[in-house]
Amino acid sequence: MTSETTHIATSAEHSENHGMSDAGYIRIAAILAAITALEVSTVYVDFGPLFLPALLIMMVVKFIMVVSYFMHLKFDNKLFSLMFYAGLVLAVGVYAAFLATFKFFIQ
Amino acid sequence: MTDTTAHGHTSSTGISNVKLGMWTFLGSECLLFGGLISTYMLYRGRVTGGPRPSQIFDIPFTSVSSFVLLMSSLTMVLAVSAAHKGEDRKTNLWLTVTALLGATFVGGQVYEFTAFYNEGLGFSTSLFGSSFYTLTGFHGVHVTVGIIMLMSLVGIFKRSEVPGKKAEVVEMIGLYWHFVDIVWIIIFTLVYLIPV
Amino acid sequence: MAIIEREIEVMAPMVATPTSTYGVLKRPVAATGWRAWVFTVDHKKLGLMYGVTAMFFFIVGGVEALLIRLQLAAPNGKVLNADLYNQMFTMHATTMVFLFVMPMAAGFANYFIPLQIGARDVAFPRMNALGFWMFLFGGIFINLSWFIGGAADGGWFMYAPNSGPVFSPTHGIDFWAFGLQITGIASLTGAINLIVTVLNMRAPGMTLMKMPIFTWMMTVVQFLLLFAVPVITVALFLLSFQRNFGARFFDVAAGADPLLWQHLFWIFGHPEVYILVLPSFGIVSEVLPVFSRKPLFGYPFVVFSGAAIGFVGWGVWAHHMFASGLGPVSVAVFSLTTMAIAVPTGVKIINWILTMWGGKLVFSTAMKFSIGLIVLFTVGGLSGVTHSVAPSDTQQTDTYYIVAHFHYVLFGGGVLGIFSGLYYWWPKMFGKMLNERLGNWNFWLMVIGMNLTFGPMHILGLQGQPRRMYQFTEARSGEGLFNFAFWNLVASIGSFVLTIGILLFLINVVITARNPTKSPLDPWNSRSLEWMTSNPPKEHNFDVIPTVHHLDEFFHRKYEEDPATHTMRQIATAEEIMAEQERNADAHIHMPSPSYWPIVLAFGLPVITFGMIFSHLIAVFGAVIVFFAAFGWALEPSTAPASDFETNNSAPSTALDTVGKS
Repeated sequence: MTSETTHIATSAEHSENHGMSDAGYIRIAAILAAITALEVSTVYVDFGPLFLPALLIMMVVKFIMVVSYFMHLKFDNKLFSLMFYAGLVLAVGVYAAFLATFKFFIQ
Repeated sequence: MTDTTAHGHTSSTGISNVKLGMWTFLGSECLLFGGLISTYMLYRGRVTGGPRPSQIFDIPFTSVSSFVLLMSSLTMVLAVSAAHKGEDRKTNLWLTVTALLGATFVGGQVYEFTAFYNEGLGFSTSLFGSSFYTLTGFHGVHVTVGIIMLMSLVGIFKRSEVPGKKAEVVEMIGLYWHFVDIVWIIIFTLVYLIPV
Repeated sequence: MAIIEREIEVMAPMVATPTSTYGVLKRPVAATGWRAWVFTVDHKKLGLMYGVTAMFFFIVGGVEALLIRLQLAAPNGKVLNADLYNQMFTMHATTMVFLFVMPMAAGFANYFIPLQIGARDVAFPRMNALGFWMFLFGGIFINLSWFIGGAADGGWFMYAPNSGPVFSPTHGIDFWAFGLQITGIASLTGAINLIVTVLNMRAPGMTLMKMPIFTWMMTVVQFLLLFAVPVITVALFLLSFQRNFGARFFDVAAGADPLLWQHLFWIFGHPEVYILVLPSFGIVSEVLPVFSRKPLFGYPFVVFSGAAIGFVGWGVWAHHMFASGLGPVSVAVFSLTTMAIAVPTGVKIINWILTMWGGKLVFSTAMKFSIGLIVLFTVGGLSGVTHSVAPSDTQQTDTYYIVAHFHYVLFGGGVLGIFSGLYYWWPKMFGKMLNERLGNWNFWLMVIGMNLTFGPMHILGLQGQPRRMYQFTEARSGEGLFNFAFWNLVASIGSFVLTIGILLFLINVVITARNPTKSPLDPWNSRSLEWMTSNPPKEHNFDVIPTVHHLDEFFHRKYEEDPATHTMRQIATAEEIMAEQERNADAHIHMPSPSYWPIVLAFGLPVITFGMIFSHLIAVFGAVIVFFAAFGWALEPSTAPASDFETNNSAPSTALDTVGKS
């Protein structure tokens, strides 16, 4: 929301050229599938103390991959990222504080 | 769900109104699902009657339906890609496949809800029940709305010219569809994989 | 979600038979009569419709307030019974917050944001119309409960578990929850629309830091709405599911935590109070420079303090819950953030005072209301700071001290700002100036009335009068200066003084409407772009889209600095600037076409919610309406062919085709 955004003249069509090929999308999907398999394996294989952090990290990686590549946020105008991540960061911050008041994280 | 740019045919930022509006809407949706997920997280362990989460979750089944939804994101992005290249038949094909995968996911959810209900988890059984059905139900409604939009789009494309730039309409529904998918990525981990 | 564009040409095309159309119905086209309003997508008409509807609900909420004050005017009040009293204060607050201040601000935003940024309409005109109709139907839906078994009675923040079916068996809270859900969607669509409008549709050269300050403050408000509304949506769904479908969310017997509701409500509720007051801050920041004959002091500070209020407003919600047993860490954190948020608010007040400092003050009615805001909002702000101190707040919670505080900020802040805006922009909206002498009486009666009403509530609260007490006895009313009965009587008398003040405004409106005198083009010697149009503006706002070089562009077109004396000298009058614009008018102007679908789609929603409460069959019917309206909407072509109109193949309308000629 700075005044510089006024002068960024990337159109949707223009950024399309910096997008990905269909093969690229399939590669991303394969990686996502592999991570999902790894996630599911945590139910059957004992990850010990790594269990929770590993799951959360894999979740975040999948999330960001879909947003960046499938939703094109990585290649698109920064304003889109700003609108979306503003909502996301606010949601995480506010609801984490909300759960913290219930002592959710120190159970 | 059509589009034109600003009245003056130029916009201050050079980006389309509809796309900016869509991302703004998705930013807002983060707080909607955030609230529902937080409510579930707060209440998931509070079971005064009926089954506990670990007693009824069927991880293999849910993993398969999660995988189906994840793959529908791939077919969606292929539809968007085809639409941008102006390949109408390919666009229609991928849109249809996406809708079918989505329908498979929703069908799986209906099956899962029925199974849980038969095992004694009703909407009013416990806080876990209320918050579980509310969260996953909201997500299911979002998927269903997405399926309706996809099918409508296929139908309209067959009949006639769609108002607005075709590729952008597909892209907008794509954004919505992917968002529903990333919400499920979070739900799958937080609700199903992390035990109470 | 489209702009339906129709090129307005001097000669309308002659088409004998309609070609195939995508929409089910023909496009409505009418420049006069009720159809020109009901199917309009024009941001100015919608702005006025918001304003008129909000004014109607202001009167409804005002009558509710008067009944409350009548009940408390003397010991053993008999005007209302306890049950009706509960409904009255709940609906008074709900009406004032959701159906008066918010839509009034939405009305100002709709009308003036496109004008201030030099645009011809908003980004999504049909969505704009949809927002208005959803607000109207939602407001009517909430108030329907008065006639169907009784209104909501849980207080405007509807704390659980008191809001459950056990404690409130009527359908009042069901109507309340579903109705607010509908007005919430209205706010959300409005927010998305205005954010895109502001980011994407500014006139050439208008960078964000050259935007008029009102537009800036409204933009902050739209972001607050964008992110706060979904939170109340979640809360309202949980409540409705509990009341209508047997969910257990607030059922303590099932292990529920009633604080869940309080948190969700106030995560929404605290940004909400800035949603209510920031529009008025924006108005005041426009009015003060104009009537001080000086630019706004420290424009960037006003902008960034507004943004800072919007941001920090997300981290203070639990100060509404200090008495609920949050624990010392939470209380300490939220206490500190609450003290911090007073800083950007203080920055604004200092900027306003320094704007007036050394200026050539013109005490018009608009200016008086703005100065009134600075003084009375500061009073409310100071009592607010006393709430941030948790031990003190514990004493004040749920007493009349709180009632005094939020009426000073919301009436002294929000409402006085709105009246300032009404007096300031009336000539712009209607081409006539409100009577200044009546305005003077209007202002003073309102200010005296509000201080008489809400001032004594500080004393009553500190004496311990509970916030929702419906009756007090003679024996318990105390003696001497701190007599309950005395101060309650003063407050009740004050509320009638206030009412006379507001009635004078309505009388002023009628007198002005009957007065044939037209307002000058630039009656206040204003500074921002909305005054670079005719009064009222033409349908397409600007004959030529202005290129912006300055903050306060209009002012800089009228005046330039004399390099020798460093004083401003006039180089053009408003009339000359307008004439210049008309000479260079754009030949082809695209304006959005009216549409049936917004009102149809909006009507489906209360049908659905009505069905949710009474019969699911009706809900299905409502869903079918929404479904088909959505299809009709989506299938309307973005450029309406001339044959797609309901007229006799002649010119689309009379008023519109003058556009191209001028």
